[in-house]
This record gives sequence, C-alpha cells and structure tokens, in this order.
Amino acid sequence: MNNESLTQIFINACLVNNFVLAYFLGICPFLGVSGKIDTAGKMGAAVMFVMLISSICAYGINALLVAIDAPFLQLISYIVVIASMVQLVEMVIKKISPALFKALGIFLPLITTNCAILGLALFQTSKGYDFIQSIVYALGAGVGFMIALILISGLREQLDFAEVPSVMKGTVLTLIVAGILSLAFMGFSGLG
Amino acid sequence: MEASNNNIENYNSTEKQNDSSYGDEFIKGLWRENPVFVQVIGMCPVLAVSNTAVNALAMGVATAFVLLMSNILVSLLRNFIPKQVRIASYILIIATFVTLTDYAIQAISVDLHKSLGAFISLIVVNCLILSRSEAFASKNTVGKSIVDALGMGAGFILALFSLGAVRELLGSGSFFGFVLFPDAFQEWVIMILPAGGFFTLAAWLLIFNLIKQKRGLV
Repeated sequence: MNNESLTQIFINACLVNNFVLAYFLGICPFLGVSGKIDTAGKMGAAVMFVMLISSICAYGINALLVAIDAPFLQLISYIVVIASMVQLVEMVIKKISPALFKALGIFLPLITTNCAILGLALFQTSKGYDFIQSIVYALGAGVGFMIALILISGLREQLDFAEVPSVMKGTVLTLIVAGILSLAFMGFSGLG
Repeated sequence: MEASNNNIENYNSTEKQNDSSYGDEFIKGLWRENPVFVQVIGMCPVLAVSNTAVNALAMGVATAFVLLMSNILVSLLRNFIPKQVRIASYILIIATFVTLTDYAIQAISVDLHKSLGAFISLIVVNCLILSRSEAFASKNTVGKSIVDALGMGAGFILALFSLGAVRELLGSGSFFGFVLFPDAFQEWVIMILPAGGFFTLAAWLLIFNLIKQKRGLV
C-alpha cells in the first residue's frame, strides 16, 4: 500500500510527472487534435472522463485478479473491460444528454485505446494506490493532460500566423514546441 | 492533422500494392512508408524509451516480435473473424502476445524489464500494430503479412535505434554503455530528459523532410 497524501498524488500526476510531457503517454492525440483550442479542450475533457472510469474499473479488476491469483490476465482484462465500459458509458450519455454526447462523442471511442488511459491503469496498480488515491490520481493525470493539450494548441494557433520554412511545417514544428513545453514543465520538478 | 492525412494516403497505397513482390513489401516498411519517420505513428514508446541505445533496441525488437506474431495470427484468422468484432479480436490477439513478451523479457533480464517499465505492456496500444492488422494482415495472405510485419518491424527498430543512439551519444557520451568521448566532453543532459526526445525526433523528421523535398516528392 502507498501512503502518499492526496494533494501530493494530484500535483505529481498533474504537473511534476505530466503524462504527456514527462511520460510521453497519449502523444497521438497530443499531436493530432491540438490544432485548435476549442477541440483540444473537448478532447481533454473526454480524456479526463475516460481516465476516471478506467481508474475505477482497473481498481475493481485488480482486486478480482489478486483474489483469484491470475496476474497474467491483467493486461488483457484491463483493455477489454475499459474498452467495453467506455462504449457503455457512451451509449448512456447519448441517451441522457445529447448535448454532452455531441461535445465528447467523436473522441470517446478514439481515446479508449489511448496509451495514457492504459498507462494510468497500469501505474496505479503498480503504485498500489487504494480506491480514493486511484481516483485522485486519475483526476490529476486528466487535468495534466488537459493543461498540456490546451497549452500546445494555444501555441499552435499562434504559430499558424508565423512564417516558417516549408520543411518545418506540421509535425516537426509541433514536436519542437512540445520539447520546449516539456522543458518548461521540468520547472515543476521541485514540487514533487 | 497533416500526419493523419499522410496515414490515410499510406493505407490507400498499401491496398493498391497487394500484388507487388515480397522484396517491395519489405522495403516499403523499412524506408518508403517507415512507421515513425514517414507515417508518424506509434510515437509514445519511440519518445519514451529511446534514452539509451540498448533500451531503444530492446523495445524495437519486442514491438517487432508482437507485430510479427499478431500479423501472422490475424492473417490466418482473417476469414473467421466477423467484421463487426474485428478490432476487439485484434486487440485480444495483440494483448496475448504482449503479455507473453512481457514475461519473456522479465525472464531474460530483470534490469531491462525495469528500465522499460510499463512501456512493454503499452505495446498493446501502439497504433502501428493495430494499423498493420487492420490495413494489411486482414486482407492479405500469411506470407505477405509476414514480410509486411518484418519490413515494418525493421523500420520501427531502425527509427528507435537512430533516436536512441543519438540521445545516448550526446546525452551521456557513450554508445551501448561504452564511453566514447574523453572526460572533457560536456554531456548534453537535456538529450536524456523528455525534452531531448522531442527535439531529436523533430531533427530526424526535419532531415527526412529535407530529403523528400530535394527529390521533389512534396
């Protein structure tokens, strides 16, 4: 068991060990949908939501797997349960709140197999967090993901007006900006 | 967004080349449609574990192995898997082989397993593997799928290794753990840090873009 305080877990997951900029998880959406702040915000919200769900699922599955002594099934059951859980929640949202579904809808299935989601589930298990700690960890990671995504999309919107050599356009420029952001986030390492 | 457009074009061209020779398929993965430098997919492990050449090579080989095995199995089962549940079945197949690889690496070298950490498990969600299953193995014969997996795997290893080698050389002044530079060499610590990963990949992509532009392909 782990006895870190909840604030510590939150700040660690959100800033010090930011999932995108320090762990390199979820790079695909980070590069793919960070063109506009608006979309980036929605994507961030969707990721945060899925992280919460998968964190709860992973906690339950892990308890079950420990009980029946089958750790080798961890990876397979995590991914299958998380994927189907997200599908289920997506249907529920569609029924209950069409507005919310419209905002998150397209992104939900996309992020199911995002490595940030599975990474979160694996990390919280290996760190031995209890239920409340897992939820706080998921929230922190989600907020951190959102911050990184919104920051880089803001920068990219500004860069659209800049004149850069044609070879640099697109992924190359985004990667350089991401590198600088990652350097900036290293400043938080004293907080951990 | 540019990257994803690129991917779609690549998928289309893959489908068209179904009757090309085996050698062509191999070169395609290694160079013309290199998963990292040209298609820009499977980025997370590329950036995360390429801080030393050994880690990069091990990760590349593990990914290539999973890619090869899942491509073979998906290709064998391509007529039995119903279309509606194909993605879920592919993920199950991939997850099985990743679990195998995870335990194998743990048995071979505990140190290596520690330094790669959760990223071995995360091979499951590497978009490269799922995209090859979906775009190639589900439509082609076993032989073609093996060659495709070998080509793409080799391309992935090449990309990871070229990142890992540069980062280790500049970041700790060594290569595969052997110190190469004299003591006076000031290490570029930033290259081992996460930021260095982004910068090195940006530099490699820049070089590839320059080559493409020089040949008039853009």
